[in-house]
Amino acid sequence: MPLVTDTGFAPDDTPALVSLGTLPDAPEGAALDMPLDADPAAVAPHFDRLSLVVVPFPSFADGRGFSLARRLRALGYRGRLRAAGHLITDQFPFARFCGFDELSISDALAERQPEALWLAALSRAVPPFLQRRGKGWAA
Amino acid sequence: MPRDFKPKIVSANDLFRGDVVYMNSGGGWTRRLAEAAIAHTAEEGETLMARAAPQQDRVVGPYLADVALDDDGRPFPTHFREKFRTRGPSTRPDLGKQAAHPERREPLAASGGI
Amino acid sequence: MYRYDEFDHDYVRARVSEFRDQTQRRIDGALTEDEYKPLRLMNGLYLQLHAYMLRVAIPYGTLSSRQMRTLATIAERWDEGYGHFTTRQNIQYNWTKLTDVGDILDALADVEMHAIQTSGNCIRNVTADHFAGAAADEIEDPRPTAELIRQWSTAHPEFAFLPRKFKVAVTGSPNDRAVTKAHDIGLRMVRGEGGAPGYEVIVGGGLGRTPMIGKVMRDFLPKDHLLPYLEAILRVYNLHGRRDNKYKARIKILVHETGIDDMRAQVEAEFERQMREEGGPVVAPDPEQVARIEAYFAPPALADLPERSETLETAMAEDAALARWVETNVAAHRAPGHAIVTVAVKGTGEAPGDATTAQMRALADLGERYSHDELRISHEQNVILPHVRKDDLPGVFAALRKAGLATANAGLITDIIACPGLDYCALATARSIPVAQDLSRRFAAPDRAKAIGEFTIKISGCINACGHHHVGHVGILGLEKSGIENYQITLGGDHTETMAIGERAGPGISAEEVGPAIERLVDAYLDVREDEGERFIDTYRRLGAEPFKAALYAAA
Repeated sequence: MPLVTDTGFAPDDTPALVSLGTLPDAPEGAALDMPLDADPAAVAPHFDRLSLVVVPFPSFADGRGFSLARRLRALGYRGRLRAAGHLITDQFPFARFCGFDELSISDALAERQPEALWLAALSRAVPPFLQRRGKGWAA
Repeated sequence: MPRDFKPKIVSANDLFRGDVVYMNSGGGWTRRLAEAAIAHTAEEGETLMARAAPQQDRVVGPYLADVALDDDGRPFPTHFREKFRTRGPSTRPDLGKQAAHPERREPLAASGGI
Repeated sequence: MYRYDEFDHDYVRARVSEFRDQTQRRIDGALTEDEYKPLRLMNGLYLQLHAYMLRVAIPYGTLSSRQMRTLATIAERWDEGYGHFTTRQNIQYNWTKLTDVGDILDALADVEMHAIQTSGNCIRNVTADHFAGAAADEIEDPRPTAELIRQWSTAHPEFAFLPRKFKVAVTGSPNDRAVTKAHDIGLRMVRGEGGAPGYEVIVGGGLGRTPMIGKVMRDFLPKDHLLPYLEAILRVYNLHGRRDNKYKARIKILVHETGIDDMRAQVEAEFERQMREEGGPVVAPDPEQVARIEAYFAPPALADLPERSETLETAMAEDAALARWVETNVAAHRAPGHAIVTVAVKGTGEAPGDATTAQMRALADLGERYSHDELRISHEQNVILPHVRKDDLPGVFAALRKAGLATANAGLITDIIACPGLDYCALATARSIPVAQDLSRRFAAPDRAKAIGEFTIKISGCINACGHHHVGHVGILGLEKSGIENYQITLGGDHTETMAIGERAGPGISAEEVGPAIERLVDAYLDVREDEGERFIDTYRRLGAEPFKAALYAAA
């Protein structure tokens, strides 16, 4: 289960994840398993104690995670944000734009879409609307 | 042949040209329905589909389609959608398979890269 | 017209290489067909019954003669010598080979065109009133707004994988020619207090399996709030739109299930959040870019002319065919002495919206010579020459006759909308084009068509309703019943600002029965209408469906 980062594949270092329900009792530096249907505002009071938020991608065609990430960032979450599940290389720059720092993908996907493809995806052309505002993929 | 099983063929679209192809008995692809391999039982249908599955680099969307057999055992389509697929647009007899474009009769293997 | 800047040019070109690369990865196996499909769709490429189909965007329906010539060249060089203009102001090529797509996209990029987001579960090609910038009834040209939305939505990183497709239409006139109430978002330009320009925002309209008329989410949205507001709507939809059933995934279902008031509250909260952001909303329009866009849509320099053209009047007096064509196919222009010409791309017995290479070239020539180098595509699948001098109308008519494009039927019963149907489309359940062709032959006599007056027939070959059948005065929906094609008739639909969804007349009928049934219906209408000024839709509203159902189902 490699992580995909701006510099390539990295070994997965995921700590045990806590659920939204147990979040109030979770220790400092906890990692949250963020449900797709939860309101990020409910997590906001705990942002400071979180070291990692993991947003699931059940399918690459399910784009909810992109909006969820933007909301989390807009609400002030500054910690690590990870998309986990089925994403394809073409979505890597989109995920970065929406506020994700990294992706976690399956070994099978990593084999089919090797590291070089993920890195190449980051050099995809930035849409003109963003370019005119001096923005790149990284939010 | 079990009485309630309608004979079937495997059809798909060619990945490169997009036109209609049928699986032949060698597990390859033909543009002529007459040359399609016929499944007479559900198991034979599954076998054909299993041969199609790993051929993503050649075809798109393989599926089993019902056919009927003429007196010589050759398949012909039973559903009107499949009938159109063997011919082309009913409004443009000059186009599609019905137009007998030699270029569209090329064997699948002739398809090039990008 | 909008001209690309360096960013646009580079981006469209880069997308071509990106598409080539994606296709190579599909062939190599790095991408499965399931993964590749949304990527090719977002570049306009479908796999249909007989071949790939490439759908090219004609943003808000506006194109130059040079662009039209490129469309003709593509039809000639890579396709079968024709293209199909669609109900969403696109053109489709039906015989594309995967191996040619990169070259076609490069040819498009040469003339500032593309096929980006003409399909897929993303924000689609934005449409607008095809009379924009020319109509006498216009408050403001909707195209700068449509172009701004095109720029904002192109490859929007957050909204490329929505629950379902998302269509936006903009109109600048109170007379709605852009079907705004049947779009996921419809924007109608209005004036607020003190004359400030803004939009009425309509959300959750759509046709398809569950037709719905859009509901007003905001009476008045100031112009410079547009993008943050759109962003808010899309974010709420992306998070909460249903993903468990593709037939319930459009925003119209979310609006319906959530209720417009709750939905509005969510959108307004999201909008407010953005407005409170430090430095303002991320997507607040850049005033410089807005001004740049608006400058491109400045009206062409039209000559100062008297409203009445003696040249035209004389020619009409001598040529009844010209007079009839002017009466049906020419609309009022805001500038005196000028007119808007609708070119019917649906001659008798022809497939609605299909134009040959030669016809596209003839249209390009006419646009250049008579219409300030501008052409439009309408959702009725016709081509518009937006800025023609009345003095030139006889010349335009003569040229159109030569090209086989002079049918005088705009707005009449043979101005039929039809989707490609089962002759081409992989989703279709029945054919549409042959039904349209049959009807167009039955009502070909110009005097009869004129006597019938304004009458819209819209035909779809499946429940997805690309042929807008729900909003036709008469709608025809092709389905399959027990292994044969079967057609359901709906009555009383209306695609304009008084939008109505047609009512099902009764059981479906066979393909051969459609023509005779519609003839009986029309005869019944002619019998019962109050006078020649009462349109079919008016008579229908006055009398209800019964007399027309009786005519449709009268034993043949």
